[in-house]
Amino acid sequence: MTEIVQSAAPSVDNLRRWSLVRRRSVKRQNNLVGYFFISPWLIIFLLFTLAPMVISLGLAFTNYDILSDDYEYVGTANFERMREDIRYERSVKATFKYVSWVVPLRLSFALAIAMLLNTKRRGVYFYRAAFYAPSIVGGSVAVAVMWRQIFGNAGIVNAFLEILGLDTYRWLGDPTRAIWTLIILAVWQFGSPMLIFLAGLKQIPSELYEVASIDGANGFQKFRYVTLPLLTPIIFFNLIMQSIHAFRQFTQAFIVSGGTGRPLDTTLLYSLYLYQRAFVNFKMGYAAAMAWVMLLVIALLTLISFWLSRYWVFYETKES
Amino acid sequence: MTQSIQSLRFNKQIKDTRNSLIYHLAVALIAVVMLYPILWMFASSLKARDEIWTNVNSLVPEEVHLENYENGWQGFGGITFLTFYKNSFIYAGLGTLFQVSTSAFIAYGFSRVQFRGRGMWFSIMLLTLMLPTQVLIIPQYIIFSKLDWINTFYPLLIPRLGGEVFFIFMIVQFIRGIPIDLDEAAAIDGCSKVGIFFRIILPQLKPAIITAAIFSFYWTWDDFLAPLVYLTDPNLYTVSVALRAFSDPSGMTDWGAIFAMLSLSLVPVFIVFIVFQRYLTEGISTTGLKG
Repeated sequence: MTEIVQSAAPSVDNLRRWSLVRRRSVKRQNNLVGYFFISPWLIIFLLFTLAPMVISLGLAFTNYDILSDDYEYVGTANFERMREDIRYERSVKATFKYVSWVVPLRLSFALAIAMLLNTKRRGVYFYRAAFYAPSIVGGSVAVAVMWRQIFGNAGIVNAFLEILGLDTYRWLGDPTRAIWTLIILAVWQFGSPMLIFLAGLKQIPSELYEVASIDGANGFQKFRYVTLPLLTPIIFFNLIMQSIHAFRQFTQAFIVSGGTGRPLDTTLLYSLYLYQRAFVNFKMGYAAAMAWVMLLVIALLTLISFWLSRYWVFYETKES
Repeated sequence: MTQSIQSLRFNKQIKDTRNSLIYHLAVALIAVVMLYPILWMFASSLKARDEIWTNVNSLVPEEVHLENYENGWQGFGGITFLTFYKNSFIYAGLGTLFQVSTSAFIAYGFSRVQFRGRGMWFSIMLLTLMLPTQVLIIPQYIIFSKLDWINTFYPLLIPRLGGEVFFIFMIVQFIRGIPIDLDEAAAIDGCSKVGIFFRIILPQLKPAIITAAIFSFYWTWDDFLAPLVYLTDPNLYTVSVALRAFSDPSGMTDWGAIFAMLSLSLVPVFIVFIVFQRYLTEGISTTGLKG
């Protein structure tokens, strides 16, 4: 070892130059290695995400027809037509109604059940699995078909209402009630935010509750002044993820309404209408314009949420 | 004195037992309500055709009718569910394999190799999480139809070679927790970055890879929009798309058979759930993966 060092021992100046060259070549080599490793993502991203986005933006200003593979530049006509399109308006209304009920209800259930399961009692693992099971199968077509039958005229919901002596309803045919079958279906699947809340609750040091008890805080006060503030980062994360998720909902609306958004377009969620326009009517230009409006609205809402989060999300300052 | 302490203890014990009883009763009741719809579907798949809608609430069939499964398996249009399951297993199997293996590879690049543009690409990648599929599906459909890929599995499988952002992010987090000393020791011994990935990092990624694989399998098994759009030939239908056609209210009325096929389609998901429960709940709690 010393021999090598001695024989190669150049002047200090040379050594510095040598190390510089070497560092630069290491860097260049690292660039190559880095891009080699991320290349699968990068290639697919460029080909199947970035290029489609550019194409989609272009399509939004055309009346592209897939059958004839022909298009004309129509300017902002697609966007203007949305304002006159009654079905578009209904689908926007249905979507906002859906999202604004699903997200708060789902998060409330998730947090309530997570607090119930945040205990060292026996059997908690079993309960956790039971509460999570609907979420595991929830995205499937099978569960959506099942849901349609549960709320059918002869389904179990009406059967139970009858046993209780209450009025039964044509859930799926009633314009004021149909969307609720979808909302309840989504709320039923609170499993993943529940698990995230549960992990967050376990992180809260028990000393904080002990201190609160000594100060004479009751259960609600502990929740309000200890649990809730410490959970705000997790609530915020769940809020963002669940909202994006809810805005994209397609399968359940498609199956429960038989692909139509009936009755009276009250279950015509945005994604479903977009699908109908693109793949049933083949109005790809219009659908692309719709998709971009959706993207911009989601992006805007996310930005607003992040901006608002400064006022209510509590981050612990890192001491280290 | 001692007696009063004893009686106090005894009282506390009674109170604890009572609380515990109330707790278990309440939570078990909610659990039953939650699971009832799924149990009802399984029960209905065993009921006689006319019992399903006359004895609706019951979770116990009056008579077990396993032939519902035989009838349902026959499928429709001369195509049995064997074909649909084969298609689904191809899609879910290969899709999971592609997505997870490349995700690990990509995650290593983002977490252990310093290169120019790393931060930028990583941010761009995370931003794509926000991107609704709806923006991409129309142009992708046009691209794939120009490539003549409609009614093949290519549009479903090829994009998966780019990994899945959720998994890449999760594995990046996981790799950051692995001590870098091992990498450095291997590098001093002359191991290349590629060698370090395969020999040192990959073997330690097992839990993260299993978690990613479970979710990948779930999402692929349940995937509906992409197969609906790209696979229009009934011979290529996946189980999801087939179930939709099979349960079309205007067509079939053999609800025993329909419920049987609906229930059967959940079996692979439940098997994975039961076998890998630990990985699953850990995966969600630590990374916020959606279910």
